[in-house]
Amino acid sequence: MLSNFLKVNSKTLGHIRTFASKSGEVKLNFKKADTYLCDGPSHSTVTNKDELISFFTEMTRFRRLETVCDGLYKKKLIRGFCHLYTGQEAVCAGLESAITKDDHIITAYRDHTYMLSRGATPEEIFAELLMKETGCSKGKGGSMHMFTKNFYGGNGIVGAQCPIGAGIAFAQKYNKTGNVSLAMYGDGAANQGQLYEAFNMASLWKLPVIFICENNKYGMGTSQKRSTAGHDFYTRAHYVPGLKVDGMDVFAVKEAGKYAADWCRSGKGPIVLEMDTYRYVGHSMSDPGITYRSREEVNNVRQTRDPIENVRQIILANKIATEDELTVIEDTVRDEMEKASEKAIAAPLPQARELYTNVYIQEVPIRGVEFVNSFKP
Amino acid sequence: MLRGNIKKVNSLLVRSFHSSVPNKSSGPSSPIIYPSLDIENAGEKQKMNLFQAINNGMDIAMQKDSKAVIFGEDVGFGGVFRCTVGLRDKYGASRVFNTPLCEQGIAGFAIGLAAQGATPIAEIQFADYIFPAFDQIVNEAAKYRYRSGGQFNCGSLTIRSPYGAVGHGGHYHSQSPESYFGQTPGLKVVIPSTPIEAKGLLLASIREKDPVIFFEPKLMYRSAVEEVPIGDYEIPLGKARIVKEGKDITIIGWGAQMRVLLQAVNMAEEKLGISCELIDLRTIQPWDVETVVESVKKTGRVIISHEAPKTGGWAAEISATIQERCFLHLEAPIQRVCGYDTPFPLIFEKFYVPDHLKNFESIKKTIVY
Repeated sequence: MLSNFLKVNSKTLGHIRTFASKSGEVKLNFKKADTYLCDGPSHSTVTNKDELISFFTEMTRFRRLETVCDGLYKKKLIRGFCHLYTGQEAVCAGLESAITKDDHIITAYRDHTYMLSRGATPEEIFAELLMKETGCSKGKGGSMHMFTKNFYGGNGIVGAQCPIGAGIAFAQKYNKTGNVSLAMYGDGAANQGQLYEAFNMASLWKLPVIFICENNKYGMGTSQKRSTAGHDFYTRAHYVPGLKVDGMDVFAVKEAGKYAADWCRSGKGPIVLEMDTYRYVGHSMSDPGITYRSREEVNNVRQTRDPIENVRQIILANKIATEDELTVIEDTVRDEMEKASEKAIAAPLPQARELYTNVYIQEVPIRGVEFVNSFKP
Repeated sequence: MLRGNIKKVNSLLVRSFHSSVPNKSSGPSSPIIYPSLDIENAGEKQKMNLFQAINNGMDIAMQKDSKAVIFGEDVGFGGVFRCTVGLRDKYGASRVFNTPLCEQGIAGFAIGLAAQGATPIAEIQFADYIFPAFDQIVNEAAKYRYRSGGQFNCGSLTIRSPYGAVGHGGHYHSQSPESYFGQTPGLKVVIPSTPIEAKGLLLASIREKDPVIFFEPKLMYRSAVEEVPIGDYEIPLGKARIVKEGKDITIIGWGAQMRVLLQAVNMAEEKLGISCELIDLRTIQPWDVETVVESVKKTGRVIISHEAPKTGGWAAEISATIQERCFLHLEAPIQRVCGYDTPFPLIFEKFYVPDHLKNFESIKKTIVY
């Protein structure tokens, strides 16, 4: 994604390059992760101009993607359910930078940005949301069921993705690929039984799965303290080591992600990461998001812990780029998303026959009306 | 009269199932004058929609039975469909409380409570989420009385859940799982279609001495409005309702599908002069075999319609029983107008659902057979 972006904007990048400081490196400290049954990563890292600009661009793309989705939903072009990731960008960006494109990710329904980070085009994503033929799932899945290479969705049923993530990890171990599986879930899903079944199997068989709890403090409208016994999600797997990470700091996420990936790849078995993150928007587009929490709380997080703002401040403070250059990036992203959404809006709807394809591997007669009139391939 | 109209049938436009243009005709959400059930000695009435009627029913149950408790995800503030609004304030947080996100836990917990004599009214937020609880319901709740030879039971259990298509629900907010539970001996499955009946059936279900799964048609929560009696009344389980009497063909359905069927029936009447007998099954298990059989013996033709996929849907059970009991009375094969054998689609919903046009067409075909 960044390489595509750079090709398009070589003029911009050239401008940034000439402005860089000699070494272009920045040393950063961040909040140390809480650890359980492991030592955890260091709380400092060295980053450079490329990485900083890359994070800024990626997270701006995520934020813009979700903003455009919001607009399309309000225009009733997207229907059904739509869960936005606004505020949680650092988790997606940080994790992706800690793993490779050959590793596998599975998450719940807040999945739009993972599609981008895994390599799908914005047009594919918008088309799927708009239920068009050019969508990644041919328009048959919608917001919650997006899939692409090494990304298994996009799951509507809460918690169902966790045992599946463990299964994906088993395949990696069995085939000796050296890849890891990231099974992501939320604080609400952390109370589902199947998650603990997955923990047990992963631990018993030392599967290379990183269980990641994106704790945004609210399971739909229910706060953590009203639904969950105990405080911490990273210790809940009891016999599985865990880390609690500041999920709004992309570098903290990246370091924890790298630590966890190395842990799994070295054959030590599963590990749990709890991401302390926050969503500014409601649970879904039908939730205003302020009946169970105060506006002050939301604004407070937005002003003090916003992931994109954090990176912007680091860039400006270390003179990696100027405000104007960052604005150019933002404008380019805005343009990219707008063009993609226009293309998606203009795309055709799926053909009617897609209603009865992909039920089984072979196209079989689908009973709908009397048998003689069933849909036959 | 009927023969004459058959000629008319052939000249009518048949909608193409393979049209790529979404069907723009009105669906069950357009105003249909659905006949309200008359309750004897109704007393004072109040205008209520479906969720208000259900709320009222639970209010009365909680009031009269001090052992009744309501729980589920988000029921405390009123629930995602507002069925439990005001109940926590009225009866306290120890009787109306939220559970964490764990359907299997909710079901098991409810069964345990019922086994101890409480009257748990558990809510599963969407029928699509009932599957983690499937084991508890089918293996524990249904078999409790049987396996203990009557020593223990969880008869006072009621599980309520919104089901059915809603226009934009997609795969996981639209399913109709009634036949999975209908096939399980030991359970009762009830599906109301109007506010008045929902309240009466819910009160009967809560007080029923066997575990009941109560599926509420979510499409109707706001759109179905009736003058509902505010007093305490029950509608017996296992009894179907003849919504409209007729003599040419029997049409059977339940829940939100009733309005669709009424629309088809009205069309058949106006355009073809066919007199249809419309039956609302109300209770899926145990279903009212006698009423249906009596009707089929009168008309000789049957259509059964439901949103759930055709293969193995509850219409199959009804069809088999009808042909067993009324074989020589049948003039035409029994038609089932159901959802297709695919997962419930997102964008294709309008094609998938058994709408009034598909039913109308089926009526036409059956009459001329």
